Amino acid sequence: MARDAKKLKPVKEFKPLITKSTELPLDPERLRFMHETMVKARCLEERLIAMYKSGHGYFWIGGPGEEAFNVPLGMLIKKGQGPAFDFCHFHYRQSATLLAMGEEPMGAIRQMKNTATDPYSGGRNFAGHFSKKEWNIVPVSSPIEVQYSMVAGTALAQKRHGGDGISIVTGGDAGTAEGDFATCLVWTSRPGEELPVLIIVTNNRWGISTPYEQVQGVEKISDRGVAFGMRTKTIDGNDPISAYLELKEAFEYVRTERKPYLVEARVSRLYGHSSASGANFNTVEADCLSQFEDKLDAHGIRTKAEAKALREKYAADYAELARVAKEEPFPDGSSIWNHVYAGEAPKDPLAD
Amino acid sequence: MAQAIRMALHFAEKNLGVTDIFGEDVGPPLGGVFTCTQGLETAWNSPLDERGIIGAAMGLAMAGSRPVAEIQFCDYVYNTIDLLKLAGNTLWSSNGQWNLPMVVMTPVGSGIRGSIYHSHSFDATMTHIPGWKTVMPSTPLDAYGLMLSACKEQNPVMFLIPKALMRVKGDEAIPGEPGDDKQLSKMIDAPLGDRSKWKPQWPELVDASIPLGQAKVVRAGSQLTVVSYGRTMLLAKKAAETLAAEGIDAEVIDLRTLWPYDWPTLEASVKKTGRVLFLNEDTEVTNFGEHLARRVTEKLFYSLLAPPKVLAGKFVPGIGLADTLEAASVPQQHDVEQAMRALATMQP
Repeated sequence: MARDAKKLKPVKEFKPLITKSTELPLDPERLRFMHETMVKARCLEERLIAMYKSGHGYFWIGGPGEEAFNVPLGMLIKKGQGPAFDFCHFHYRQSATLLAMGEEPMGAIRQMKNTATDPYSGGRNFAGHFSKKEWNIVPVSSPIEVQYSMVAGTALAQKRHGGDGISIVTGGDAGTAEGDFATCLVWTSRPGEELPVLIIVTNNRWGISTPYEQVQGVEKISDRGVAFGMRTKTIDGNDPISAYLELKEAFEYVRTERKPYLVEARVSRLYGHSSASGANFNTVEADCLSQFEDKLDAHGIRTKAEAKALREKYAADYAELARVAKEEPFPDGSSIWNHVYAGEAPKDPLAD
Repeated sequence: MAQAIRMALHFAEKNLGVTDIFGEDVGPPLGGVFTCTQGLETAWNSPLDERGIIGAAMGLAMAGSRPVAEIQFCDYVYNTIDLLKLAGNTLWSSNGQWNLPMVVMTPVGSGIRGSIYHSHSFDATMTHIPGWKTVMPSTPLDAYGLMLSACKEQNPVMFLIPKALMRVKGDEAIPGEPGDDKQLSKMIDAPLGDRSKWKPQWPELVDASIPLGQAKVVRAGSQLTVVSYGRTMLLAKKAAETLAAEGIDAEVIDLRTLWPYDWPTLEASVKKTGRVLFLNEDTEVTNFGEHLARRVTEKLFYSLLAPPKVLAGKFVPGIGLADTLEAASVPQQHDVEQAMRALATMQP
């Protein structure tokens, strides 16, 4: 799976905001929160992978390597229920975003183990397939593109509702080949009817095993938004400070202007596509977490020893959570009839 | 029926919380290619993008709105199948968190010489997608009442409109509808030419909802049962009258809601007659009538006097344009009569 780094096409016009500054543009407390959440997200995904590899789950998919982008994203979301708050149309690499929003890690562990206690799907869906109505996190599904078609609906309701709630949609570079991505560009930019949607593509330059260069002719995916008259940018998703500042600007634009903004974030994919490709650590691609730890250490914000201690703590904590989840029951087989229809008693319609 | 749907949608946007009625050419000036959405306050034109239409309906429903989305012809709904599947499984996959109160309506079936891409049926495919309710009226009054119920639902509803019946007047009037057709047309049909200043004069409408899941015995009979819906329902009704003159007494049931369907009414009828014909015009392999025939066979085998029969569309890739091709592809009046006669006279 590992690709020769030398073959990677350099991204032109790629201007990280703060790489040369001597002082970091965010306050130390925020930086430490950012780092700790990135650590939690990495440890959580590594625990999920370990669960998969030890037979405590059938399939793993997640977002290790995207923490530097996904944590700032979660920090900027206005969470809550209903059109006054942000709607989140995520794909399955978003655990770091949920943790940054304040979600407990146990739910992801339970979903991995497909227990009845899984708060997102009750043991029905894969790892990383979150759903949380109290925070407008619409159910993540395995099709890689459908969220781009749904996002216009929540955004339309929000625009009509008033206020500053926006809709956020995330997906990968490979999924932009699907027609739903074009749907999103068209529906969010209708003249006079523009919609408050933050359109995000995390570009890890892979679609399972297929390199981006082999199947996509466009150099920057964000350029596709230009044709629709929307603001766009391609950013460094491996630097959490840069990602935070860039996202903050995009969020503010969408919140106030009530128009779409397309952000392409270049990110790494550190454990492959999913357990189907082995879920082994990729030593070639940049590791945003260790890079950030170098930076925090150099600026005296958090030493490497402190960072290491945090990793060890969360690795141990999540191992313990997994031990708890392993003892929890699976859903009862008869529960398959639950929630087929809202407001109706569960039943087998052909049993009589 | 187009006027009935329009009046139901007007009632729904005024009284049932419907916020968006949208799709290709649904808003002004056209108001739908079959005029089902003329003059509605919440009707708007979408991009020509079926996936966007279904996706937007799902998003609207998630955010507390109540959408009615139209796919112009069901022939063009096929590229949204995975979104329909997603809409049907969103409540289930989120373990009860997200229900989607949304209606999708789309014209179906043959009868207007629509050739390969304006003649499809969709009932066989749609009833294969759990989590949805699927309705298909055969009269304007039922279309009105079922649409009101669809707009009150907490779950996604697929409203299939038999396009051959769009311009067919019903025997029963919709409460509030003026008796004179011309008067109704003058009140609610958009004028030709400039419509920019036109506003409909809606009759005083009432909530005449027809609950989903209730079939209707259109004609009581004792010797055989015909179960149908949509365009072929009218064929069955007429055939029953013809056969009555021959001494064959057929019971005719309009299913109206395909899922969840009214099993008790079917069961009672088949137990009474011992003979049943399932009639529709979708292609006959893995046809919805096949499911009904299977259930009847398994549950009512010892009540049967003849094998359950399915009369449906031929399993060919399309309905050809020429009159002769369409007639050879989907059940016609004489096919229905012949099937009913054969079933009624089969010796056990």
